[in-house]
Amino acid sequence: MSVHPDVARVIGYVVGTIAFVALNASFLVWLERKVAGHIQRRIGPKEVGPFGIFQSLADGIKLMSKQLIVPEGADGLLFRLAPLLVMIPAVMVYVVIPFGPALVARDINMGILVIFAFASINVLGLLLGGWGSNNKYAVISATRAVSQNVAYEIPMLLTVVTLVMITHTMSLNQIVAQQPTIKDWYLFPWNGSIMLPIGFLIFFICSMAETNRAPFDLGEAESELVAGFHTEYAGMGFGLFFLGEYSNVFVGCALASIMFLGGWQCPFGLYPGVHWMLIKTYFLVFVVMWVRWTYPRTTLYGLLNLSWKVLIPFALLNLLVTAALLKVF
Amino acid sequence: MSGYFRDLLDGTKSLAVGLGITFKYMVGPVITLQYPHQTLPMQPRFRGHIDLVRDPETGTDRCIVCGMCQKTCPSGCITVAGDKVEGVKKKALTLYTLDFTKCSLCGLCVEVCPADAITFSKDYNLAGRSREAYVFDLKKRLEERKG
Repeated sequence: MSVHPDVARVIGYVVGTIAFVALNASFLVWLERKVAGHIQRRIGPKEVGPFGIFQSLADGIKLMSKQLIVPEGADGLLFRLAPLLVMIPAVMVYVVIPFGPALVARDINMGILVIFAFASINVLGLLLGGWGSNNKYAVISATRAVSQNVAYEIPMLLTVVTLVMITHTMSLNQIVAQQPTIKDWYLFPWNGSIMLPIGFLIFFICSMAETNRAPFDLGEAESELVAGFHTEYAGMGFGLFFLGEYSNVFVGCALASIMFLGGWQCPFGLYPGVHWMLIKTYFLVFVVMWVRWTYPRTTLYGLLNLSWKVLIPFALLNLLVTAALLKVF
Repeated sequence: MSGYFRDLLDGTKSLAVGLGITFKYMVGPVITLQYPHQTLPMQPRFRGHIDLVRDPETGTDRCIVCGMCQKTCPSGCITVAGDKVEGVKKKALTLYTLDFTKCSLCGLCVEVCPADAITFSKDYNLAGRSREAYVFDLKKRLEERKG
């Protein structure tokens, strides 16, 4: 019996992506705790397995064995739907991410658009989860998450539009193919627009804010909101929010490394492949964690001021300057 | 308008400085003690539960069984018993129990002891599954410490 190659591809993608998302999340939880520990001059997890690497596996087993409790007065349907709405788009975006020259589920020529379309559903999941919980903290947190996502989507998309004007394509694999060595990275100002480094910075800050990471984690401000939108979730309901968050962090960093750092291409033109993609992405993930454990949480006004008064004007300037440069040269 | 760019520049600079500080700490040495695997020596003034002092000359306790500790204890957690033993002039200690569930670590027993026979132990790793686990037989503890 032979399997149709398209069917095999779908099965391979689904199994591979879900396995990757789960492993990535458990690795990132471990890495986050290690980074946090060493920044605070501690060791972090170290008892379960060598260097505590199996700690998140143990945590995962614990989460899976716990009961899913739907609180009284909660909207049962929305409450159960919300973790799925966070998790499914987080898995879907992996369809277009090129891990290697041929290691991509579907090389759609609108790849960037697909990613942002699915990534926007994430915030709907947070909103429904917060609303469905029948918990005041969860509702406050959900509204915060939404206003934050709306505010940061704009500069992020403006930056992406600017980059697409330079690359002339929305296919992620082709964007990577345009950056074979380190001097062709779209991070550098000589590759189309002098504003590119600022564009990278704006994109990176926005992707941090979009994934609700500290210092922009107002949605989960423990000191005020208990645990934010997932206050009422126990067991794997909470686990799915967590998986989704870490998966989104990875996707944000993967996107940054694809668009600005050459994705799976080797900086020196040697042995391009999936390892370069992972090195670059995990380096950016490390920077995200480093930032998280360095800065305190911003206030809501500080957060919105940063977006509307700094990032959006600069993103617009970036767009104008790039358009003018492309027109002139 | 000039204030805007100045704020932006200063802010960015201070953020970079902050990242530098945490990076330095991250690659620097770990300063925490890995508690169950490593322990610090206890300070001499640490007041754990009481313990009998060993007399270096006789190799046994220095208790004269006067019962002062038992009488002075506000919580009544000490029980002392002694008996005449052949060949020894003073009364010899046969039983010394401390009910640590009631002890408030006031130290009056240590203060009142005329023979300096009791002191504070440095024991802080106490865990047990029953109430009875905290009724210590100090005479037995002293003998066990010998080995």
